[in-house]
Amino acid sequence: MTQAAPLARRVLRHGGYEAAAMLRNGEQLVLAVALPLLALAGLVATPLLDGFGPSRIDTAAPGVLALCVMSTAFTGQGIATGFDRRYGVLRFLSTTPLGRSGLVFGKAAAVAVVLALQVVLIGGAAVLMGWRPELAGLPWAVLTFALGAAAFTALGLLVAGTLRPEATLAVTNLLWIVLAAAGGIILPAAGLPAAVEPFVRILPSSALGDGLRAAFLEGSFHPLSCLILLGWAAVASAAAVRWFRWS
Amino acid sequence: MHHTAAALVIEGLTKDFGPVPSLDGRMVRVLDGVHLEAAMGSVTAILGANGAGKTTTLECAQGLQRPTAGTVRLLGENPHRASPRLRARVGVMLQDGGLPPSVKPMALLRHVASMYADPRPVDELAERLGIDDFGGTSIRRLSGGQKQRLALACALIGRPEVLFLDEPSAGLDPQSRTIVFELIKELRAAGLAIILTTHLLDDAQKLADYVYIMEGGRTVAQGTVADLTAGAAPENFRELRFQSVPGLEIPPGLLPHLHRAEPEPGHYLVSGALTAADFAALAQWWDSEGILPVAVSMAPRSLEDVFLDIAGRSIR
Repeated sequence: MTQAAPLARRVLRHGGYEAAAMLRNGEQLVLAVALPLLALAGLVATPLLDGFGPSRIDTAAPGVLALCVMSTAFTGQGIATGFDRRYGVLRFLSTTPLGRSGLVFGKAAAVAVVLALQVVLIGGAAVLMGWRPELAGLPWAVLTFALGAAAFTALGLLVAGTLRPEATLAVTNLLWIVLAAAGGIILPAAGLPAAVEPFVRILPSSALGDGLRAAFLEGSFHPLSCLILLGWAAVASAAAVRWFRWS
Repeated sequence: MHHTAAALVIEGLTKDFGPVPSLDGRMVRVLDGVHLEAAMGSVTAILGANGAGKTTTLECAQGLQRPTAGTVRLLGENPHRASPRLRARVGVMLQDGGLPPSVKPMALLRHVASMYADPRPVDELAERLGIDDFGGTSIRRLSGGQKQRLALACALIGRPEVLFLDEPSAGLDPQSRTIVFELIKELRAAGLAIILTTHLLDDAQKLADYVYIMEGGRTVAQGTVADLTAGAAPENFRELRFQSVPGLEIPPGLLPHLHRAEPEPGHYLVSGALTAADFAALAQWWDSEGILPVAVSMAPRSLEDVFLDIAGRSIR
């Protein structure tokens, strides 16, 4: 009788396949690598972050890593999923042994692979530029980073599964720009006008940025950030399960 | 029933879509009590006009749509939320292909193959379907027929026991069509259940062991091609076609018991219980009018007649 490949192999193969597709895509590389590197250089060259930490690069690097999460898990993954949905790829793959859950786990695996590469590349560049992260905070950083990736992946899937792909493209790119500029991700919410600060603080972008900065600047755990990210991940996942349309 | 072992059993399948905003938020009933069975080792064709409900029936059978009411058993299981074990035994070719445009055909085929424990050898299947000729070209640059062959390969790569083909001959050139039809016959001989939809009566006539005709979300007729074409028609039912100048008026007094039509300009169809005397009368009329048709043919009742009788409208 015909058999499916083992679950782990299906998910890993699909993760590798989707990761390769992301890395082949030129626009995706601009978003995942070029723009974060530009942001890093810009933040070090300008006094924007002065006063938030011991040095510009130490304050900038965690925020730029948070930006990478938004690029890959939300914008890149959302756009790819939106077009896969348009072309019937999601429907076809869900009829194979991969199935719907395998597809989602495969996409999450692809996001993890691309994020790992980004951490090496962007983190490496930051270290070359003088970044000295507080290594005691590494476990907290990893936890926050993973929660941020989960929240933004779920949000990306929610947008991709409910809007047309053109709208997904517009919305995820626009949100990337708006949140990068004023979402508390690179520039801490504390530096924003008092009227908007409380609202920005509950955004996943701000929580991810704050959590990573707390871990890498002070070596400390920022439980509120993790709770906010967990909340976004839970709500977005539940909404995606409820409203995601496969065709 | 007609089969030895049922691969698919559908009973009382109803599917509503909506609410549809342009219909004041009402639901639309797309399937209304479909009954259908498909046997292992045979080709079951679902025939119908666009919008008859063929694709929705297949999607419910594949587990892509959840039925509003009724039951679907695919290899004895409910296909909605099917286990990977069940999905490994079922191959699906969707109407729109479901192929990612930026990927290359051979890479996609290898990826789909990796989902199965013991897939068919990729190179062998690719060669059989002529995919190796364009294996390195992005899918977005392929012709409709090339995409169709690739989608078929993706459906077959896991050695399925049940194969769903939604409009398999759409976009195929005559040569590809021959290759695909030969393959379908071979798979049937190997014991697969093949369930296909088509709006081409010729496909059904050539391939199907058993035919369901759908109309307005229901299965309105079923049977083997021989059963359906024999039907209530007399033994001497014939379709007589001839081709001549357009716009000829067959006199009302000539062959009054036969159905006459000019489906295309210059192409005439006379059908019904035909005798040699009718044929002679027609030839006499040609002679008196000074007509010599460029082509004359006679054939028994076709699936098209059956379909037109049942559906009451053209599906071409």
